[in-house]
This record gives sequence, C-alpha cells and structure tokens, in this order.
Amino acid sequence: MKLTESLSFRNVTGHGARSLILVILTALMAASVVCGTLVVSSLRTGLEALEARLGADIMVVPASAVSKHNFENIVLQGSKGYFYMDRSYYDKVAAREGIEKISPQLFLASASSGCCSVPLQIIGYDPETDFTVSPWIKKSAGGELKDLDVVVGNDLSVFVGNTITFYGVTCNVAAKLDKTGTDLDTAVYTNMNTIRELIRSSVELGMNEFGKIDPDNSVSCILIKVADGYSVDEVLNDLNLHVRRTKSFKTKDMISGVSDSLIGVSDLIGVLIAAVWVLGLVILFLAFYMSVNGRKKEFAVLRTAGASRKKLSGIVMTEALMITLTGAVSGIMIGLLIILPFNGLIEESLGLPFLLPSLPTAFICAAFALAVSVGAGMISAAFSAYRISRIDTGLILRGDN
Amino acid sequence: MKITAQGAGKDFIRQSAGTNRFTAVQPTDIEIEPGKLTLLMGRSGSGKSTLLNILSGLLPPTTGKVLYGNDDIYAFDDVKLSDFRNIHIGVIPQGQTAIQSLDVIGNICLPYMLKRDTELKSVYPYARELMERLGISHLESVMPAELSGGELRRVAIARAMIRKPDAIFADEPTCDLDDENTALVLGLLKETAANGTSVFVVTHEKDALTYADVSYRMDSGKISSEKPNR
Repeated sequence: MKLTESLSFRNVTGHGARSLILVILTALMAASVVCGTLVVSSLRTGLEALEARLGADIMVVPASAVSKHNFENIVLQGSKGYFYMDRSYYDKVAAREGIEKISPQLFLASASSGCCSVPLQIIGYDPETDFTVSPWIKKSAGGELKDLDVVVGNDLSVFVGNTITFYGVTCNVAAKLDKTGTDLDTAVYTNMNTIRELIRSSVELGMNEFGKIDPDNSVSCILIKVADGYSVDEVLNDLNLHVRRTKSFKTKDMISGVSDSLIGVSDLIGVLIAAVWVLGLVILFLAFYMSVNGRKKEFAVLRTAGASRKKLSGIVMTEALMITLTGAVSGIMIGLLIILPFNGLIEESLGLPFLLPSLPTAFICAAFALAVSVGAGMISAAFSAYRISRIDTGLILRGDN
Repeated sequence: MKITAQGAGKDFIRQSAGTNRFTAVQPTDIEIEPGKLTLLMGRSGSGKSTLLNILSGLLPPTTGKVLYGNDDIYAFDDVKLSDFRNIHIGVIPQGQTAIQSLDVIGNICLPYMLKRDTELKSVYPYARELMERLGISHLESVMPAELSGGELRRVAIARAMIRKPDAIFADEPTCDLDDENTALVLGLLKETAANGTSVFVVTHEKDALTYADVSYRMDSGKISSEKPNR
C-alpha cells in the first residue's frame, strides 16, 4: 500500500489547518534547538581555536604598556595596537627557572594597505624559537617563511600567491591561517627580518614613529611554555616578583573571561531551549489530546471496521511522526539558513570567539534537534495514543444514542 | 456462519453513582442463523444496541459467551478479534460514523485500508456497485462534511458490506432515511441475508418486521420472541 493510501496520511492531509499549525510549532522548536546548539558549539570551537592559537602558558608584556584590558584586546582580539620593551627583559625572563620554551613577538600596526580597507595588526615572530605561530604556519604553508613572506588571517580578502603591501614593501602571501572566530583572523604574521624591513621602510616614508624602535633590541610580548615539574602559577609568581617593569599573565586566566562569557551564553541558550521544548511539549500534548478526543467516534468506527487497539495507537503515533518529522526537518533547514549566512553578524553581536563547527559536529547538532523535536511530538502523542487504545467501542457507540 | 450467544449479559456501573450496578442485558441465549434476517425491536434504552455490540464483538459481555461457529470470539486476543471483525463482521453503527478525512469511496473501502491485504483499486468496482444500489454513486469523491444524514447512513451500510462478511449487524440502519430509501436499505439487507449472510438488525421501525425471517423484542434487557408480521 502506498503512503498516500494510509489512513494516517489522509488524516494529516485531510485536517490541513490543524496539521499546519502543529508543523509550524515543531519547526519553531527544531529551529530554536538547532540554532542554540550550533551557537554554543561555535562558541566552544572558537574558544578551542583561540586556546590552540595562543599556545603559550604565560605571556609577559611591558608593565608600562599594560592596562590588562588593552593587552587582552591586542593579544586575544587582534585589535590594532603596539607596545615595546627592551630585549634585555627577554634575557631576564629566559634566565628564570621553570621555562621550557620562550619566544618573543613584536607588534606593528599598519596604516591602510593596498589590500585592506581597515588598518591591521602585524605580528612579528622569531621562527628559531617560536612555538605558537609556527605550527599553524607549517600546517598552512607547509614550511618555514622566507623573508618578505607573510601569513594572513582567514578573514583577509587575499589569497595564497597574492602580494600585499605594507609601507611600500610588497610581501608575498605564503599561507592563510585557519579561522579562529576572533579578530586574530584579520592579523598578519611574519618573521623578524620582514618586520625590520617594514620598520625601515615606514621610517623612510615618514609614515610613523617606528623609527624609535630597534627590532633587534625590542620585543612586545614574550611567550612562555612552562617546563614539566613546574606549575604555571609558580613560574608566573616568580616572573612577576623578579622581573620588574614587566607584567606576566597566565593565558588561561586571560581567556577565562571569554570562557566565563561562553558558559553564560551557553547556560542562557540552554535555558531558552529547555523553555521552548517544555512549552512545545505542552502545546503539542494539548493539541494531540484535543485532536484525538474530538475524534473518539471516528476511532470507535475504526474499531468496528477491524482496527485493533495497537492499530489505533499506531495511527495516532504515525500521524504525530509525520507532522513532527515534517516540522523538525523544516525547522532545521530554517535554523541552518539563519546560522550559516549570518554567523559573522552573530560573532559581532556576541563579541566572543565564534567558529562554526566541523560538518560532522553540525550534523550532530541537526540530528540532536531532530531527535529532540520529534521526541517531544512523540511523547506528547503517546498519552493520547494510549488513551485511545483503551476506548470501549461499545460504550462510545452506545453513548451516541 | 451461525452466531450463538450463550447466557450473554451485560452489567454497567453508573459513573455518577459509584457502585450502582445496573443490568443492560440480562443473560441471553440467542442464535443468529446464516441466510436469515434477524430483527430485534424494542424501546430506546431497552438494551438492543448493547446486545448488538456484544454479538458483534465490540463489547465483552459480563456473563456468558458469543460463539461464531464453534469459536468463542471473546477468548481471542484483541489483535485476533479485530482481524476477525475486519474479515467476518460488518457493523452499521448508530448515528453519523464517517471518517472525516476520507471521501465517500475511501470511507466505504475503510476495512480494506485497515487490513492492507488488497489493492484498494481492485475493490473499487464492488464499492461502486454498492453505491449504485444505495443511490449514492454520484457522491464517490465527496467528503463527509458535505453529505446529508441519510447519505452518511448509506455510506456506513456500504462500508459494512464491502468485505462481503459472514455477519452484518445494523443498529437502526434506517433512522435517517425516507420511506423510499428505508425500503431500499432493508431490501438490500434482506437480499444479503438470502445470499447466506447472518444479518441482525436492531430497529424500532415496525415496517422492518415485513423483512424479518426471525424477530425478537427486548424490554428492560430481557429478550423475547416476536412473531414476524408477514
């Protein structure tokens, strides 16, 4: 027998308005669940990407330049800015105990460049000692950077093989980094030789005050990986105590604000999903209950025509499945159409690392939304199905007298 | 198929009065023979419909049993009894009993739709023949909401007959019909009985006695023989 010949299908299509309302309700439920889970998942992916990209346990910056907030903006969010300290601090830090790896970075801020409509942050790193950027660059570029090569963040509108000009110096785009979901996606990374060349050129062009900066004797930020056997807090306290005029931060503390915000947003979304689900469950329950109750006589007629109690339940549950499945699939499509094209806007409005999850994770989110929405519909219908399976046909037909 | 009720009775508990039991049908012995139209008459509330529901496998009796041939149908489990009803029993219930989401031919073919043992299209010719006999052939694709009470009754009659069952139970089959259609329906039931089906009709229409081979009267749940008015 074809689907269109089944009684459930005829009941669903035959009561078009009622079915449409239930489909819309389930679609709203599914859309809210898929949007919510995708947003939470994107925030988690963004945080993980940020943690991985930062790579270091401790960051040391000049005390004079530090207002922690500004520092975090530059380091975490890639905001345009710079601060410098003498390289001797690097040597002092490196001499402390408990440090396994240490590497300096030098920050520059570009003026408007040929490729970019907005000024961007240029981060110089030392390929010899770097342990935070290089793994990403190797992954992207497949090797070390040559002089005048740059690696660009994922959001910049240039491609590998293009050139990009800073202060009149043409640089080759050697690689594009994976997305982090933060403003670091608009930063540019390069080696110290290229930084030197950019500073020299900017001075020649009279475009800024980098002339005071000697790239060989200046650093903006020192990245540290703590050696085994030492705790991060131990090393951090030691640095803050003994290396004066610098300020050391634990990376995890820096992103804990982001992490706390993420937990807050996740909790809020969780509560909203739960509220929508419970509300949907109650409305679907009432809708199925009233629908089945209003058709008691019809179910009695089905009994006279040879429908078993199990069959009656099956009819109700199949109707619920058809309605909720249609609603859930539609809702998931709507949810994806909201999240995928507008993820940039969501990232901006949340102000948190926001990175769409991988396809399998997105698929899991969609499957979860499908299960939750269809599950709510089936739970709602189950009571009505059970109730109608217990009807006493004789009494219902007799009650019509 | 011969249908036998042995001491079949039914007690109900009045919901409003808690434990106040009342007897709708006193223990009843009755035989419904194949090839005969058996008529049961009586006042409203006398227990006629309750007995019909007991005999047609829709309402388990409080006492006694109902045999189809040698099979006690209330000893069947629900699936088996439902299957048995689908194949062997046609019921014409009281009142408006259409499935609102199905058109007329869909309502008539409902037993096949439930059983799913036959392509629906293959039973359409017989459904159309029944519609022709009952004067509703022009309503094939019409939805129940657009039908009159009399038309809905005739749809229910066709539905009960579509599987050519061994037994047909009709509860006031002519209550919404005019004289012409009453004669048409009773004539069709009589013809069906003559072809070997056990037909049991509950009615308070005295004219129906002229179609009965056997007739009974029911008063206060107690059945008694009534001589056919030929």
